[in-house]
Amino acid sequence: MVTGQIAIDVREVTKRFDDIVAVDQISLDVRRGEIFGFLGPNGAGKTTTVRMLTGIIRPDEGSVHVMGHDIVKNPVPAKQQMGVVPETANAYLDLSGRQNMLLAADLYGVPRARAEERIRETLAELGLLGRQDHRVQGYSKGMQQRLILGMALLHEPPILFLDEPTSGLDVQSTHLIIAMLQRLNEAGTTIFLTTHNMDEANRLCHRVGIIRCGRIAAVDTPEQLKQTVERIAVVLVRFDRRVDIRALSALPGVADVAEVNGRCRIAVEDIDTAIQSIVSHARAQGTRILSLDTPTPSLDEVFLSITAGDD
Amino acid sequence: MHPSGIVEQVRRSIVIAKKDIMIYYIKGPVIIFGLLIPLFLFMAFSVGSRFASLPFLISGLLAMTLFFTATAVSPVIFPWEAQARTLERLAAAPITVPALIFGDILASFVFVGVGITLAPVGIALALGLTISHPALLLLGILIGAICFSSLGTLLSVPPTSSPPNIMMLSSLIKFPLIFISGIFVPIESLPAWGRLVAVFSPLTYFTDIARYSLGEVHAFPLVVDIIALAFFALLFTAAAMMLHARTLPKRI
Repeated sequence: MVTGQIAIDVREVTKRFDDIVAVDQISLDVRRGEIFGFLGPNGAGKTTTVRMLTGIIRPDEGSVHVMGHDIVKNPVPAKQQMGVVPETANAYLDLSGRQNMLLAADLYGVPRARAEERIRETLAELGLLGRQDHRVQGYSKGMQQRLILGMALLHEPPILFLDEPTSGLDVQSTHLIIAMLQRLNEAGTTIFLTTHNMDEANRLCHRVGIIRCGRIAAVDTPEQLKQTVERIAVVLVRFDRRVDIRALSALPGVADVAEVNGRCRIAVEDIDTAIQSIVSHARAQGTRILSLDTPTPSLDEVFLSITAGDD
Repeated sequence: MHPSGIVEQVRRSIVIAKKDIMIYYIKGPVIIFGLLIPLFLFMAFSVGSRFASLPFLISGLLAMTLFFTATAVSPVIFPWEAQARTLERLAAAPITVPALIFGDILASFVFVGVGITLAPVGIALALGLTISHPALLLLGILIGAICFSSLGTLLSVPPTSSPPNIMMLSSLIKFPLIFISGIFVPIESLPAWGRLVAVFSPLTYFTDIARYSLGEVHAFPLVVDIIALAFFALLFTAAAMMLHARTLPKRI
């Protein structure tokens, strides 16, 4: 990943719809070569933000620069630098896959010879070459989504915006799209990915931004975000025999103990004190410890923790 | 080549025009509103007006065909695109809203001005009519096609994604214009209020040019007809470009 240069620079951007503030003074930056995940509950302002970043709607306040171009003052050069896969977009159903690709190539000013080459390459990579002359009307949802991704990639943009690209897709299409995004990023493409899929965000994204009620609640790497969740740590211990739960509960550093699926789920106030006292207690009782885990919170838990109270 | 340069934006307008012709101009509403309705109105009127001359009737048919066809598809392209969810992709593409609108107007202009109006001209020639001023008629058709195509695009400004809503609105405007523009009743035969209202209809000036070109009596000096038609074309085009830039984001 090439870092140090800013691909998308968002400063104090606000968008209102009548009396509703959909996006409220958000600021963030996305580095070149980064996959940036943008997460948030329904209605948090994700799609509105993406639409402002891609120049589809204008912010009421603030500024957005894409590859150095102001999206409000110079929308065409900024849009020329990006490929966009909108949340609800469709290809033209009355045209064939190839005609849709040609239309995209012409709209982005790709020379015809290069366009023909890129269409062949991209359709082959997306597994659509055999259906290129069929009308999109007959494509499955996964095929349509792959085609839309192909249309966004034809002009080889340095930045790719994707709004829920794998939502509702079959496993095959999802894998194909994810693998393609990884390959593109390895080749240097900056990716701004809006998703509900925590596993996808965790696996793909270098950094994640979480939006809540129109405001940025957190921006960091998935690993850092997991560590910022404040909660009582949990230790999962499996002993070789039943242990006295009340005796465990009374140990120094231990807050609570419950037995779950043959393991003791021990909530601890201080992890070092608790582990040392658990080990000492086991040795004193002549009990062997078969396993001891200190699970870290998942990105799901981080998301739920940050967005707690939202619908 | 700079993507926001005028040459490149015009090139992208042509892309939009090609797309419109491929997707929208072979649909039912064009045939119904563009050809069949003028033909039926013409037939009904010609049966009911035995004393109207053939050039008068044919010039009316020509005006109705040009007007109905140019305003049949252009008003519903935006609602169709919004409903089919293809508009968001266009809005994200490196093309300005004026270039997008110009593409829509261009598609209608090419289809109507160069294509469909050949039908009534062919009928006129087949019926043995002589076109006294063919160059003037051609000029009138070209300016009229731009004018009515831009009017059609202007009619789609309300940010709805429902084509029937726009069809209803455009019908409310289109049909009254037919009756006050000298197509069925010559301008000079209209009452004073009718003549006053007719001045504000662009269709009046095209009908006047068509009348003159087919050797009929005309109501206004030809320079006035051409300037007025060109003025309306510019006004509608500028208004469509400006207002669509405001309402396009509301459709998405």
